[in-house]
Amino acid sequence: MRIFKSITAKSGLVACSVLAGALMLASPGAQAGKKDDTLRFAYDQVPESVDPYFNNVRIGVIISQLTWDTLIFRDPKTNEYTGSLAKSWKWIDDKTIEFELREGIKFHNGEAFDADDVVYTMNFVAKPENKVVNQANVNWIAGAEKIDKYKVRLKLKRTFPAAIEYLAGPVVIHPNEYYEKVGPKGMNEHPVGTGPYKIVEHVPGKVVKFVANPDYPAALGKSAPHIKNLEIRFLPDRQTQVAEVMAENLDLIMGVPVDQALGLKAVPTLSVQEGETMRIVFISFNTLDDTPLPALKDVNVRRAIAHAIPKAQMVKELVGEKARVINVMCFPTQFGCDDSKAPKYTYDPAKARAMLKEAGYVGDKKITVDLFAYRNRDQSEAMIGALRNIGITANLKFMQYAAMRDQLRQHKAAMAHQTWGSFSVNDVSASTPVYFKFLADDINHDPEVRDLLEKGDSSVDPAVRKEAYAKALGLIQDRALAVPLYSLTTHYVANGALKFETYPDEIPRFWEMAWK
Amino acid sequence: MLGYCLKRLGTAFLVALFVSILSFVLLRMSGDIAIAIAGEGAQEADIELVRKAYGLDRPLIVQYLDWLWQAARGNFGESLYFKSPVMGIIADKIGTTIVLSLTSLAFALAIGIPLGVLAAVYQGGLMDRIALAIAVTGQALPNFFFALVLIMLFSVKLRWLPVSGSSTWAHFVLPTIALGYYITPPFMRIVRAGMVDALEMDFVRTARAKGLSKARVVLKHALSNALVPVVALAGVQLGLLLGGSIVIETIFALDGLGYLAYESITHKDFPVTQAILLMLSVAYVLLTLTSDLINAWIDPRIRVH
Repeated sequence: MRIFKSITAKSGLVACSVLAGALMLASPGAQAGKKDDTLRFAYDQVPESVDPYFNNVRIGVIISQLTWDTLIFRDPKTNEYTGSLAKSWKWIDDKTIEFELREGIKFHNGEAFDADDVVYTMNFVAKPENKVVNQANVNWIAGAEKIDKYKVRLKLKRTFPAAIEYLAGPVVIHPNEYYEKVGPKGMNEHPVGTGPYKIVEHVPGKVVKFVANPDYPAALGKSAPHIKNLEIRFLPDRQTQVAEVMAENLDLIMGVPVDQALGLKAVPTLSVQEGETMRIVFISFNTLDDTPLPALKDVNVRRAIAHAIPKAQMVKELVGEKARVINVMCFPTQFGCDDSKAPKYTYDPAKARAMLKEAGYVGDKKITVDLFAYRNRDQSEAMIGALRNIGITANLKFMQYAAMRDQLRQHKAAMAHQTWGSFSVNDVSASTPVYFKFLADDINHDPEVRDLLEKGDSSVDPAVRKEAYAKALGLIQDRALAVPLYSLTTHYVANGALKFETYPDEIPRFWEMAWK
Repeated sequence: MLGYCLKRLGTAFLVALFVSILSFVLLRMSGDIAIAIAGEGAQEADIELVRKAYGLDRPLIVQYLDWLWQAARGNFGESLYFKSPVMGIIADKIGTTIVLSLTSLAFALAIGIPLGVLAAVYQGGLMDRIALAIAVTGQALPNFFFALVLIMLFSVKLRWLPVSGSSTWAHFVLPTIALGYYITPPFMRIVRAGMVDALEMDFVRTARAKGLSKARVVLKHALSNALVPVVALAGVQLGLLLGGSIVIETIFALDGLGYLAYESITHKDFPVTQAILLMLSVAYVLLTLTSDLINAWIDPRIRVH
């Protein structure tokens, strides 16, 4: 695996030079996608199933948004919630939401949408024995009951204000009759939803072909597609994806490495766009009693490290111009992500050195630490350089994500360069609590922070939630329990004739796209 | 001959068993499979659920013996990632890998043998050096780089061939060249060495003395002798190609066993990884055995030894 990684890393470097040469060779040609009104997109991961409940990869979310709808819709520009399959909703109590459903909606197979579909889907995903892959998306659902043909009550296992966000994201509605008949396996083979595109062919591991759903009602939140046909191909190698775009066999790819994306700007037939993502980057510290580096229990050491990292410079030189520096442990658009109560650590290596000296970590007591990391190695190396600049020797331990998490959870890692994408859930409950609420990834165990996060997670009053999260985020920063750094960006390379917009949740809205 | 066969089959069985144990242990050492399946952000309860659901909470030895018992009966279980029978998944992919391996081998032979002959006939001359340069380039050039160069030239610039996929014969042309060129040098070298020896032997001298044409001497008398070790080498190279096309399959998005192996390792899909490794090791051993048997049949001295 490591050998393969190193091969692909080398191939990336070499590919850059090959591509640079190829830029000279590439000649403008016909815009294939526009000619046959077919948008061809490729992704490097293969979903284990296209049924949204049985995969945990981003392409699964992308396919889910195209093919299915949710009860609630969140406008990705304003972040406001409006009705989708549900016309309206109201909280009956802290653990019950009542939905009034929209009439006249049909699934792609002609089945009419009503309360039975919602009840069946909710009750199906709530049962652990049905093995929904990402349990965090559904383990707060107790079940649903039908009030009448177009009215449903959803029961929650616990108070869970972020339910609205989940109901606007991963919790899609399946057609009850069809799903009962074919199950997740059949749904993967012949998917059926209500979404703006319907799947006409799925060849596992190779391609998913869609055709526009011309009757898609705008009231559901998304719009009827402008482009008739859509193909999603699974191409594991990024260099191959780039070659396919240059050969005009693909119209859109994403996740292109920054250096390569910049090189492709020179190709006249292509357009390159950078888009911010919800994935945040941070340094985590183990401050528990059994931490491998007891010096990290000293708040001054942690603050010194916070002052040592040149966030803005790293954003400019290593990440991309659309990335932004963050001061708290969440993505800025998430509900409750307020940094007004958090102290800011400016880049000041002199101050950091002085703080370490004052804490006594100089000379013989100079700190040596292993920095665990799993992605964006260049950024890890920049962090190591910044730490060296204040007198801390850091050694890079670069590994697979699962292996790094093992080390962190077993308290064998003192410091890690981590990232978190919140599964594109636009609520603080999907980010900060993961690392500070005494869950498996909490390596600080601060009871005050935990209680504030719990308060934010368990109230349905937005004002109470905002206040509690702001205080928790402020405390995390004041105690320097982690160093939030910046958001990441991703680069999209497209056929020059394609008009599209990028969103931080990294979900291309194909139904909005059009040919120029 | 029968004893020789049985002995080699016994070795094949032991190799397969050893590979299965080694892959099982290495996969488990690389991290907790339950964590990998549960995905990013999964909490302990979710991971425990996965561990129980997939029988990963049982002692390792029990898990291995259970797998071995099922495998011995032809049941390699269900993919943890794709949730379908492993044999079905492998059956879907193996054809692509076999086609790619055979075409690459044919390409390597088609290039390597003539180059070897020319190098031997013009030993020490310009032709020898050109052949050597072609061979050395093939060995020195990383195949992923060569593959990208081929794509840029033939797919992006000239638009003659598709970049990726496996639906038509055209999709196999560039991967075949990229993979085949990489294994051309050993054939070229072995043919050259065999030809140099053969051209100095008495029977070749006799053939020349009888007034046979140079082409007849070279192609009929010398080459038929020089080709004997090529048979054994082809068997070994085919075994390597079956398991060694991961990078090429990934670059060209060929939906074969190599790419499946990469995917299954990435997703810690150990039933698929185990099955692929076992099949490839058995294929390798059997191909080596077959080439040994052919050699033994051609040359009785091998049987004696």
